[in-house]
Amino acid sequence: MNAATATATNTDFVLAVEGLTVSFDGFKAVDDLSFYVDEKEIRVIIGPNGAGKTTVLDLICGRTKATSGSVKFRNKELTTLKEHEIVKAGVGRKFQNPSIYEDLTVFENLELCYPRGRNVFGALFFKRDAKVISKVREVAEMINLKDELESQADLLSHGQKQWLEIGMLLIQDPDLLMLDEPVAGMSVTERKQTAELLRRITNDRSVIVIEHDMQFVAEIADHVTVMHQGKILAEGSAEKVKQDPKVIEVYLGH
Amino acid sequence: MFSDYTATELGSIFAMQGFAGLILFAVFLLMALGLAIIFGQMGVINMAHGEFMILGAYMTYLTSNLFAEYLPGLFDAYFFVAIVVAFLASAALGAFVEWAMIRRLYHRPLDTLLATWGLSLLMQQSYRSIFGAREVGVRIPDWMAGSFPVTDIVELPINGLIVMLIAIGVTFCVYLLMFKSSWGRRVRAVVQNRPMAGAVGINTAKVDRMTFALGCGIAGIAGSAFTMIGSTGPSAGQQYIVDTFLVVVFGGAASLLGTVASAFSISQAQSTMEFFLGGSMAKVLTLMTVVIILMFRPQGLFTLKVRK
Amino acid sequence: MSNFSLKNMMTRQDVLGFFVLAVLLLVIMPLSMDIIRLTQFGKYLSFAFVAVGLVLCWGYGGILSLGQGVFYGLGGYALAMFLKLEASSPENTAIQSTPGIPDFMDWNRITELPWFWEPFNSFTFSLLAILIVPTIFAYFIGFAMFKRRVGGVYFAIITQAISSILTILIIGQQGYTGGVNGITDLRTLLGWNIRSDYASYVFYFIGVALLFVCLFVAQFITKSKLGRILVAMRGQEDRVRFSGYDVANFKIFVFCVGAAFAAVGGAMFTLQEKFMSPSFVGIVPSIEMVIFCAVGGRMSILGAVYGAILVNVAKTYFGESFPELWLFAMGLLFIGVVVAFPDGLAGVYQKYCAPTVDKFLDKAPLFKRYSGDSSYSGSSSSHEPVNAS
Ligand SMILES: Nc1ncnc2c1ncn2[C@@H]1O[C@H](COP(=O)(O)OP(=O)(O)O)[C@@H](O)[C@H]1O
Ligand SMILES: [Mg+2]
Repeated sequence: MNAATATATNTDFVLAVEGLTVSFDGFKAVDDLSFYVDEKEIRVIIGPNGAGKTTVLDLICGRTKATSGSVKFRNKELTTLKEHEIVKAGVGRKFQNPSIYEDLTVFENLELCYPRGRNVFGALFFKRDAKVISKVREVAEMINLKDELESQADLLSHGQKQWLEIGMLLIQDPDLLMLDEPVAGMSVTERKQTAELLRRITNDRSVIVIEHDMQFVAEIADHVTVMHQGKILAEGSAEKVKQDPKVIEVYLGH
Repeated sequence: MFSDYTATELGSIFAMQGFAGLILFAVFLLMALGLAIIFGQMGVINMAHGEFMILGAYMTYLTSNLFAEYLPGLFDAYFFVAIVVAFLASAALGAFVEWAMIRRLYHRPLDTLLATWGLSLLMQQSYRSIFGAREVGVRIPDWMAGSFPVTDIVELPINGLIVMLIAIGVTFCVYLLMFKSSWGRRVRAVVQNRPMAGAVGINTAKVDRMTFALGCGIAGIAGSAFTMIGSTGPSAGQQYIVDTFLVVVFGGAASLLGTVASAFSISQAQSTMEFFLGGSMAKVLTLMTVVIILMFRPQGLFTLKVRK
Repeated sequence: MSNFSLKNMMTRQDVLGFFVLAVLLLVIMPLSMDIIRLTQFGKYLSFAFVAVGLVLCWGYGGILSLGQGVFYGLGGYALAMFLKLEASSPENTAIQSTPGIPDFMDWNRITELPWFWEPFNSFTFSLLAILIVPTIFAYFIGFAMFKRRVGGVYFAIITQAISSILTILIIGQQGYTGGVNGITDLRTLLGWNIRSDYASYVFYFIGVALLFVCLFVAQFITKSKLGRILVAMRGQEDRVRFSGYDVANFKIFVFCVGAAFAAVGGAMFTLQEKFMSPSFVGIVPSIEMVIFCAVGGRMSILGAVYGAILVNVAKTYFGESFPELWLFAMGLLFIGVVVAFPDGLAGVYQKYCAPTVDKFLDKAPLFKRYSGDSSYSGSSSSHEPVNAS
């Protein structure tokens, strides 16, 4: 853990997770976890099912409250903020199961995530102006859904739903993007398109991706963190962790 | 309000009202138990729960009449037979209702609330058509009508004691059923993961039906207890649904012991305040206290920290 | 402000719907009924206010309140208290042992106007109180519950408990509230006889006008981004948080709007029926208000108006001739509308009538050039079928 020696107040990191622990009825799903994400870094978290990867993202974005430890985003403590405040601070999160607004159209899904008019009266008097429309079109173009803008979201295919959710994040324009298994359940062509999409959108922001596909991981990762039983098993470049005997034993071996 | 009484008088008043509240406690406990079982199992609030209770009360009334008519020698024991009859009748109707209506409404808890309200209206009107609009009273066997003198002013009503023992007994049986039997294991499996439980071969539809029937049946027993404190009328059950739900939530929806404790505290608070404030203000104060507490502690008073 | 134009707010079907309703309420009804029946009809409309509010709360927001009678009652009582004080002038009540206070207080041996009655001597205060008291009350309930993420069935039952508490309180505190009979014998408004036919007509039209104000507000809300947030919230509350919204605030807002609508309805009831009583506050009337909304279609604000009218007409005519059957009918209505017709009348209209009407509108000269569907104002959010609620 090369970065663990840095002090907590170091401003170089976008995200500094330190001593993060959560316990469900005594079961520590995440156990004294520390890691740091740099500006514009793409960090991939891998690990066997149940390792606590999703829970880490839950803790960062405020869905689950930490038992102890700290999460600092640009030096701002996140563990005491509410979910929507964390979003406003600039953290976006894609869920493992596509989670979109099925009763709304694709356009409305994207528009809802446009970062304006987020309080009650802002939403009431929100104006669908040219800027909003062009931004929605731009994002729809990126996620290959520009012909589906008027479709109701629950009519989309599984892969399209995943893209839509990514689009909903993009329109928020977060500084830190967290993606939980973005290509899970996709066909081969969809996978390819998604990989390309991810490569494009990860250019100018920090990203945390949870992924199992090692080839995919090797392609995109700057750093890989391997988790096992709530703890970090190994950390480093994709090449390095691939060779790590511990990692091979608990994760890559099977 | 206490200043008009001496300390010993106050002590006796509390004791007396406390004992008098035992039947209310039993009714609350049994009602809440049934409601909690159904709510915990299926996330469904049965708004007709009070009417299932009244069904039990009418069954008790019919049983007592039958005994008085054909088995006067055994009249002293009719109450115990009535409890069984009340349980079976309410449970059977509950199973039917689950089959005809509730199972179509899973995943729509708010809609179930409205539909079961409709059911409660149907049941009320049926009672009115069958038993008449007038309230009926049940004759209590002589031996149950008496009371033990505890001190010279405090008396312990026998029927209250018996009803409370039955309520505790039923609670204990429910505990055994839910936590110690294989059937209870299946119920809990369905609660925790419905598709998974289905996949390992549990007949979830049957579990749902039996659970709903059990909850309704226990409401029927509550109806038997109810005949000891109130007269049975077509709409007598309606006023109990809110109280009962508050008992369930107040106790923490998942905890059996919490339900007992909250049924006890709410019934005792109401019964004691009734003496000083009159029935309606006592009820207002009790409900208001519970609602305000729930606003600040929606998870209930007696819950342990459990995972969500 | 092009975004707030009529076209963005209403599809042409909406325009047609508002127009038909306006003709019905402003022309057909007043011309076809005598004033007694028209006033009764006005009473049904006072329930429509509640039903429209419930479309916002329940249909859109997924918040089922079983305590709307509380707000209806508070609005109605606020006006009734003012009118009662006016009717209890010392001259009018000279025969009482304490002249100048409402008769029921005198009967209950109260000799002084209670403090919370004092401000209702002012007309302005009373008008404000009609709106503000119920809204603030709703705000407190909503704040306490929604900020702690209590919703669904819990919320429904807590609101029901509140309506039960308020009813018992009103009935129990006869001397201050008029008890079970409520506040009756209201006569004048600022010296003007409210019992004349002329006054009844005026009140009817005021009621219709206010109903249309509420309908337009509701239409505006449902077509705004806030309306779409509510729909999103109903299915995926958690996800909405991660789109950057404080979900509780939206719920509180829509609950308050529903309460304010209900309060206006209650006040209109008082004006037209010249009394207010606890029988419109309790559990039973509150849940019946939900059925008005359900019958009309929980996602349709115009449907809610028709739902309120239809159920009440049925209740009056059917209920009076066959009281036993009525409770059966009501029970079956609850079950049927929930199990078989969760989209209510509006759902039936959407399915069977809307396509024909659309074809007709394509030919109608008046509507030919009007198209409410501006680009991307997808209409799906307002008409999709009900799923999990
Ligand atoms: N809210 C929760 N309550 C209880 N246990 C949880 C909760 N969330 C996650 N867990 C447990 O934490 C462990 C880690 O889960 P998760 O983070 O989803 O793993 P991964 O995403 O790495 O597959 C699992 O054993 C899971 O059952
Ligand atoms: Mg996971």
